[in-house]
Amino acid sequence: MTMKILEDRGTPLDRQRFTWREVSPKPISKLDDDAFTRIRIILMNGVEHEALRFQHAVARFDSELRLPLAQIRQIEHQQETLINWLIGPDHSPLETTIAYEQTAIEVTAAMARREPDEYVAQTLRFGLLEDFDHLYRYAALLDRLEGKDANNILQSYTDIVPGRPTHVHHRYATDNVRRPTVTRASHPLTKLHALTITAGEQQTHNYYVNIGPLFADPLARQLYAEIASIEEQHVTQYESLLDPTQSFLEQWLLHEAMEVYNYWSCAQQESNPRIKGIWERMLDYEQGHLAAVADIFKETVKKDPLEVLPETLPDPLPYASQRDFVRKVLVDEIDMRARGTEYVGPDEETEATLAYRDHVHSEGVPSDAVAAGYRYQPGTELARQTPAAA
Amino acid sequence: MSTQAHMGTNRTGIQTSPRETKKMLTAEEKLQPVFTGDPADFVDIKVQSIAEADPLGSVPPPATVKGTLKSGMKKITGSNPQVFIDKLAERAAYERGGTRLYDALIVKFQATGDSTSGATLEELTSIRADELAHYHLLVDAIRKLGGDPTAQTTSADLVGVETAGLMQVVNDPRTSFSDCLNAMLVAELTDVDAWNLLATLAEGIGQDDLAQQFRDALLQENKHLQLVRGWYTRSVVDASA
Repeated sequence: MTMKILEDRGTPLDRQRFTWREVSPKPISKLDDDAFTRIRIILMNGVEHEALRFQHAVARFDSELRLPLAQIRQIEHQQETLINWLIGPDHSPLETTIAYEQTAIEVTAAMARREPDEYVAQTLRFGLLEDFDHLYRYAALLDRLEGKDANNILQSYTDIVPGRPTHVHHRYATDNVRRPTVTRASHPLTKLHALTITAGEQQTHNYYVNIGPLFADPLARQLYAEIASIEEQHVTQYESLLDPTQSFLEQWLLHEAMEVYNYWSCAQQESNPRIKGIWERMLDYEQGHLAAVADIFKETVKKDPLEVLPETLPDPLPYASQRDFVRKVLVDEIDMRARGTEYVGPDEETEATLAYRDHVHSEGVPSDAVAAGYRYQPGTELARQTPAAA
Repeated sequence: MSTQAHMGTNRTGIQTSPRETKKMLTAEEKLQPVFTGDPADFVDIKVQSIAEADPLGSVPPPATVKGTLKSGMKKITGSNPQVFIDKLAERAAYERGGTRLYDALIVKFQATGDSTSGATLEELTSIRADELAHYHLLVDAIRKLGGDPTAQTTSADLVGVETAGLMQVVNDPRTSFSDCLNAMLVAELTDVDAWNLLATLAEGIGQDDLAQQFRDALLQENKHLQLVRGWYTRSVVDASA
């Protein structure tokens, strides 16, 4: 199924309305809904969060766009609320964290497999292996702190084993900035991937810095502090792929197109009929936003929006276990490191990164401590520990 | 809203997805991961943090010197009066929260039209009134001792953390009345022990009048416990029959 991006003008802005009850919908079932339903919810919350942050930033620099930005941003906010409120209150913050890392792994891997630009694909694979190891560390914390099995959340779609060790993810700032690879000439998928993954990582950083202090356990607090700093590096990494020469308006158009693409992908693959209805409604709303921004673009720049946007959307982002791909990347690229904008071997990191890492680790490494000797076992590691041996 | 456990599409266990699970369980074999470190490291950070931790907070001193003098506080000098004040404040916070728990439980009872537990609206309302009365009893006791009944002491703070899960269960629209009774049973079990402790503390420092009032409250809490335990047992046994 293909979709012409500007063919349907979606729901007009003045008909995009919500009640408080609508933006606080019934949550999904943590136990019965498919893990990919939760993955879509988490990703789309991130996509809406990015929409808000981006639009606020633009409003500070462009007085002409302030009013239309405010109008659309009010709706984006309600959309984010509606989507994020689908997560049920029986998810502990740590269980939701497991779901965030699963989202990062499955979505990043799905993009990396299809990404036409090799540098962007390499960057996605690089980030993938880091989030993969974060999942292992958080699974160990969930087991050892709360006595819970991370696979209750993952539903056997995602492996729980060590990846590139979290303690080597910490890099000096200048080794996190990548080449601005996405240009006007880039393949549409490259543009959509770069914006989507930036959104996903930004919300993960935001989530960790907000919930980290909720934990009483000192090791949990340290682990969230450590991994939040890597998520911030990931935001730096992915946003630096974006084209810095584009105007605000061009970037806004692409943001709205990215939202359309992602809701369209969700709507086509959703297994829960009620949630599918939400994706379809949000798709209509985003088409309305895109049409409105396209009108502003035409009026202001006097150009065809299709000079910025692809006429037809690429195939939907696939939502399915990427286990085999992740395993291959793990075997091939576990020792990869970053030096400036390039990916290098384990012995080629910069002095700045080594010095930065030495200092942050000088009073202990929470990600090592939390998972020391940890091997995943269905039913938690206590299932392997017999009472006599305990 | 669910009224009882039912068979469905629960996807959390490994048996519901044999194909994916088989793939997941081969990860260690296929990837030959390295499991580094000593599990004792998990404990070390905690031990170090415990040694370095600051206290949660404190118990405020009596509001006024006059208040202290005219109160019973001076009579308990030398027996760490702040411990007693802290425990009174803890119970006041708990009874205030308990009143709100019963408010939520009554809503759940009425909304679900529960008929299996044997609970009645009159009984639930009566327990709710007892909890509120206990809260006021404690406010008066703290005031008489020269304390500030609006202050949140260390134990009052912690009891809020302890009961946060109970609040979540009772206020979740998806839980049944029986689910909520299980949470209330946890609340009532600890409440009985707490009132017993308060009465013992009051007796130990010569506050005999207070001790008697606390023993009376304990009798009421014991009745609450018997009722909640009975309702909960009946609701589960009936559902499983």
